[in-house]
Amino acid sequence: MLNAVYSGAEAALAEELRAAHDEGAPVEIVGGGTRRALGQPVQAARALSTSALSGISLYEPGALTLVVGAGTPLADVEAALEAEGQRLPFEPMDHRGLLGSAGEPTIGGVAAINNSGPRRVQAGACRDAMLGVRFVDGRGEVIRNGGRVMKNVTGYDLVKLMAGSWGVLGVLTEIAFKVLPAPEAAATIVIEGLDDAAGVAALSAALGSPWDVNGAAHGAGRTLIRVEGFEKQIAHRAPALVDALKAHGTGEIVTGAASDALWRGVRDVEAFQGREGAVWRLSVKPSDAPPLVASLRAKGDFEAVYDWGGGLVWLFTPEAGDAGAGAIRAETRARGGHATLVRAGASTRAAVDVFEPAPAAIGALEARLRAAFDPKSILNPGRMRG
Amino acid sequence: MEMPEPNPHVMANRDEIIARLETALPDGAVISALEAVRVYECDALSAYRCPPLAVALPGSTEEVAAVLKICHEFGAPVVPRGSGTSLAGGALPTADCVILGVAKMNRVLETDYDNRFIRVETGRTNLSVTGAVEADGFFYAPDPSSQLACAIAGNIAMNSGGAHCLKYGVTTNNLMGVKLVTMAGEVLEIGGPWLDAGGLDLLGVVCGSEGQLGVVTEATLRILAKPEGARPILMGFDESEVAGACVSDIIRAGVLPVAIEFMDRPCIRACEAFAHAGYPDVEALLIVEVEGSEDEIDDQLAKIKEIAARHSPREMRESRSAEESALIWKGRKAAFGAMGQIADYMCLDGTIPVSALPKVLGRIGEMSRSYGLDVANVFHAGDGNMHPLILFDANKPGDLELCEEFGAEVLKLCVEVGGCLTGEHGVGVEKRDLMLHQYDPADLEAQMRVKDAFDPHWLLNPAKVFPIRLTAQRREAA
Repeated sequence: MLNAVYSGAEAALAEELRAAHDEGAPVEIVGGGTRRALGQPVQAARALSTSALSGISLYEPGALTLVVGAGTPLADVEAALEAEGQRLPFEPMDHRGLLGSAGEPTIGGVAAINNSGPRRVQAGACRDAMLGVRFVDGRGEVIRNGGRVMKNVTGYDLVKLMAGSWGVLGVLTEIAFKVLPAPEAAATIVIEGLDDAAGVAALSAALGSPWDVNGAAHGAGRTLIRVEGFEKQIAHRAPALVDALKAHGTGEIVTGAASDALWRGVRDVEAFQGREGAVWRLSVKPSDAPPLVASLRAKGDFEAVYDWGGGLVWLFTPEAGDAGAGAIRAETRARGGHATLVRAGASTRAAVDVFEPAPAAIGALEARLRAAFDPKSILNPGRMRG
Repeated sequence: MEMPEPNPHVMANRDEIIARLETALPDGAVISALEAVRVYECDALSAYRCPPLAVALPGSTEEVAAVLKICHEFGAPVVPRGSGTSLAGGALPTADCVILGVAKMNRVLETDYDNRFIRVETGRTNLSVTGAVEADGFFYAPDPSSQLACAIAGNIAMNSGGAHCLKYGVTTNNLMGVKLVTMAGEVLEIGGPWLDAGGLDLLGVVCGSEGQLGVVTEATLRILAKPEGARPILMGFDESEVAGACVSDIIRAGVLPVAIEFMDRPCIRACEAFAHAGYPDVEALLIVEVEGSEDEIDDQLAKIKEIAARHSPREMRESRSAEESALIWKGRKAAFGAMGQIADYMCLDGTIPVSALPKVLGRIGEMSRSYGLDVANVFHAGDGNMHPLILFDANKPGDLELCEEFGAEVLKLCVEVGGCLTGEHGVGVEKRDLMLHQYDPADLEAQMRVKDAFDPHWLLNPAKVFPIRLTAQRREAA
């Protein structure tokens, strides 16, 4: 199964958590510290670092698998993959620009919040690329689940449950990922001047085409559609898409570093960096996104950019009152989907629900699961809903 | 197969349970006569059988909830069932259980091409999901070999995959939301037609939980636009190790084929005799399929041929037409039927890291000689999911037991080299007693705590997945 090369560090962590469990003393789990401002403020007297769990323990490029310690800097993971012409399929976002934080993001932090960027629309989320995990639960027990092979239905899939659990079920110590070959070439079709509804309609048309679109974003009157692959594929697909989208607007093809820069901007929400105000992240049905934003704009001051073909909406609004929480929740509730407050001061995050409140039955189930893994609620208390 | 003793309280209330179910469901939806329930006494793992107490075939989520509430009230175990194609005994009844079959619930509820999803009732078969959208240029990606017959309910329970999973992933990667009925009869909506749901990833843990956490009655599935075209190349090699190295080199070169299938000599010979696909008589055969426009396919196949040429293939045959493609696939798709004509066989399902392929094939060969049973190997090489077929004679006393012992040894080997016990069939009853070879007791305890959270009385699909002695205390306490 997974290779516990950090067994010393993992054993020490388990020891610490056993003691914390016995004392009922809450801990905040910290990797690179770049995302501590996400979620609700944690109520813990001390922080527990994952930095000793660093390094790649296994990498088989021919099998598309990588096993890595949770405390490993994301940059180290990306450098190792790049050296073999591979990459993480899910294109994780770097939150530093948006949150104004410093430090080095770790792979454990990426997994713990199921951090997925623009390519999620085609290649799947971080959780889809996770094949196996080791973690220490809130009792101090070391638990393994999954493995390092792509197809594995041996028992329950706790790997998915751990992805995006914000550290409240256990502290990840090691993660196995499915990786993918990095493409030879990329091209972005840029259409200027569409309004939000027309932009999202163009994205839907592109994603419904046979050319394997793996980036689809819209904001400030600019619509972006990305294809990646071998040079010859891109030479075929990019013009084919321009042609197929004619009814939506005139597309211009951008390649190379200029294309990469466009997608870094989408991934890291550059539009809302360095500005005073709250930032929300909505996950909705793509065709619902433009009318939802239009209703919000009728009620207040909201700016929007769209990723994932319209299914992911980033909203910018003044951080006054409830930072738009009431209006946003009402609109998402009416249509389905959910909203998360990504950036706001600690007092705002303490005062409003950062995460979408769960229906009662789901909330009760989540509470039972959390109690099963962390009976004394010592892990990141307060951070996640419930 | 050791199964729990029937609960005497449930058996004593048999008539009342049936009467209550009959009141709650329309006429004909409850089956209780012994000769009629025998149809449900096993799934596709037909070596083990047990007639259930009764069978309920509801037509809606509300009726499913009603059945579960009644069973919950009486403490009667419930075994959910899709099409009954489980190869691992995932739908094997107990004598005191009610089989809850969702086969009647097979409607398409919503098709949305703008947002690229389809919402179906889970009794619908896998292939008919694609059937509902293919005229409009879309498809549902997970493609288990049983896709003509198997139900989406079972696909979700087992997290099913198939030949095309290297590129498109398995069920869990294509499932967006479910309507789940708990054992207490509560209806939960988990996920939906958006790309990530808030809160803990309950959808992720429900998928692949073998029907033990709840009964899934509706599913929102991701659909994809069909590529412009697809075409395979067939390559023969003198050694399995060389074919394995070729697979790894293709992947390293950045080509991501939609399927890479591997067959060894016994399998090639049997398939050729059955399907006359024109396969070469070699030690190992690869079928590699790529997708795209004609030019893109030519370009990718040229890359693959260049890589393969470095491994001195005995033969390389690129398909030039739809007919040639169909012929290349015909042999592979006939593999299980072809082997069945030669002998009885047991089909294993383990996954290994691709790098361990030569070692595992070598060891299986040695075991084959020491057990005196022939083995044919066919598998999804791109993702390491093996299906060794162990041949035996069902009429020869002791052969089945020998075969089972051999099979267990192969699966343990898969775990030993870094793989797992099951890649797509599931644990069911077939592999539950091997679970401790892959996981420590603490690992299994963590999984069982999840079961506690969803089904505290351990009534859903009893005696599957976990070694029966590990679950005894929980079942008795409930």
